[in-house]
Amino acid sequence: MVNFLQHTFNGLVGGAFLALLALGLAVIFGMLRVVNFAHGAIYMLGAFGAYVLLTEVGLSFWWALLVMPIALALFGMALERLLVARLARLDPLYNFLLTFGLTLILQDAVKSRYGVQSSPYDAPAILSGTLDLGAFDFPAYRVFVLVMAVAVCVGVWWLLSRTRVGMVVRAATERPELSTALGIDVGRWVTPVFGFGIGLAGLAGVLAAPIRAVNPLMGADLIIVVFAVVVIGGLGSIFGSVAAGFAIGLVQAWVQALGEDWALLSQVLVFLVMAGVLLWRPAGLFGREEAPA
Amino acid sequence: MLRIDDLSAWYGEAQVLRGVSLEIAAGEVVTLCGRNGAGKTTLLRCVMGLHPGQRGTVELAGRTLSGQPAHRRARAGLGWVPDDRGCYATLTVAETLSLPPVVGPSPWSLEQVYDAFPHLHARRNAPSTTLSGGEQQMLALARVLRMGARLLLCDEPTEGLSPLLVAQVGDILRQAKQHGVAVLLVEQNLHFATTVADRHHLLAEGRVVESLENSEVAAREKDLLAYLGI
Ligand SMILES: Nc1ncnc2c1ncn2[C@@H]1O[C@H](COP(=O)(O)OP(=O)(O)O)[C@@H](O)[C@H]1O
Ligand SMILES: [Mg+2]
Repeated sequence: MVNFLQHTFNGLVGGAFLALLALGLAVIFGMLRVVNFAHGAIYMLGAFGAYVLLTEVGLSFWWALLVMPIALALFGMALERLLVARLARLDPLYNFLLTFGLTLILQDAVKSRYGVQSSPYDAPAILSGTLDLGAFDFPAYRVFVLVMAVAVCVGVWWLLSRTRVGMVVRAATERPELSTALGIDVGRWVTPVFGFGIGLAGLAGVLAAPIRAVNPLMGADLIIVVFAVVVIGGLGSIFGSVAAGFAIGLVQAWVQALGEDWALLSQVLVFLVMAGVLLWRPAGLFGREEAPA
Repeated sequence: MLRIDDLSAWYGEAQVLRGVSLEIAAGEVVTLCGRNGAGKTTLLRCVMGLHPGQRGTVELAGRTLSGQPAHRRARAGLGWVPDDRGCYATLTVAETLSLPPVVGPSPWSLEQVYDAFPHLHARRNAPSTTLSGGEQQMLALARVLRMGARLLLCDEPTEGLSPLLVAQVGDILRQAKQHGVAVLLVEQNLHFATTVADRHHLLAEGRVVESLENSEVAAREKDLLAYLGI
């Protein structure tokens, strides 16, 4: 029983990263119809940025947690203005290829400077211990990650569902042309929304630095799983991507807990689930069929 | 209020509007009739600024709208009532009403809207796409009245509505008219058109082929119905 709780906890922590990344992808896809392949590379930059800030500038984890998401959000906004926007009128495939190329550039740039081996990064001292929450001792840093991820997801949900800005973004996302005819300057929201999604990936990266191996390829494997998560949740569905992120994290941890023999299954499981979901509901669990234009 | 001059429009190579000109004064309701495919919806989309392949000029209250993006035209006072009623699955009825900015001098207040449309009040927290067809149409009209739009572009607002609801649409349009709102109304229902409109334009193959006063319509009803293919 204690074991099961422990695996469940680890699954939720793993799911927290999937959820944060999937949330950013979903927000971007909803508004721009761009599948941002570079999301994994941005996550890597968040983690590496934390490492570089600590070792070369002497800024602590807490500063990195503040600085990196903002810096990467600004980077994302510049990227949208300079490159993504130019391809927006073409087939979405062009922006997919653009962000794919960008991923390779970012990965190789980091690789050429810091090599492929993992760089050590410690959790801040105050979170290095464990928390006794009854059943077993929870590593304090992982509890922090989980709390942060849930808070961010709830915050984004609140922003989207309860504020005027969120309402405008929803309207612009669902029916851009109609919304412009009702006086909404849809174009004005594209750049900030893209930057926001990128900033979320950066945040996930900083959070990952103390518990995941920090290396140039850390985002490359993860992003494929995140794509599957987003498809399972329903492309562009905010709620769906977060729920699917936590759910896949949980299921992966449970299957891993079955033992070595199940390691392979836990890796391919997400894709099996995706295939099953697509057969059953082509638009994903919480997705809506695209209204014909 | 609205002046359209020599408006032409294309879908790729195919020309669908060929030099349409018309004017609408404040407080005037003008209908646009014509068979399916005549170009009525395209004309409204051109005025709204949603159709890229157009040439000609559109002016609202003396200000030129040509070349401006749709959101600017809406802010200049155009009220968009599209043929699909423009509802959102991700917005509630109340949100759909308050989405557009107030653009004109005499917008309806939310209380006025809910007084006039008690159904919308009852369903105010439901996603707007879950309303019935008639309620969606009322929502689309209520929304532009709440904006205080000065000219409404209404694309077949009575299509598929019961006689009771058609009458209600008529009431709303007459009420707007009394407040000086101008309306460009695309309408297939000739009888309804004569109860709300001052003048009528017949559109065929992208041209205005006839313009009639209200009184002329009754006299030539048979003719016109045959022409519309109804
Ligand atoms: N998206 C489109 N692409 C190409 N042709 C179109 C498109 N929409 C409408 N048309 C054509 O333009 C003409 C006018 O259409 P429309 O303005 O919708 O007519 P109406 O509203 O009077 O029924 C029709 O011949 C129609 O086939
Ligand atoms: Mg039409």
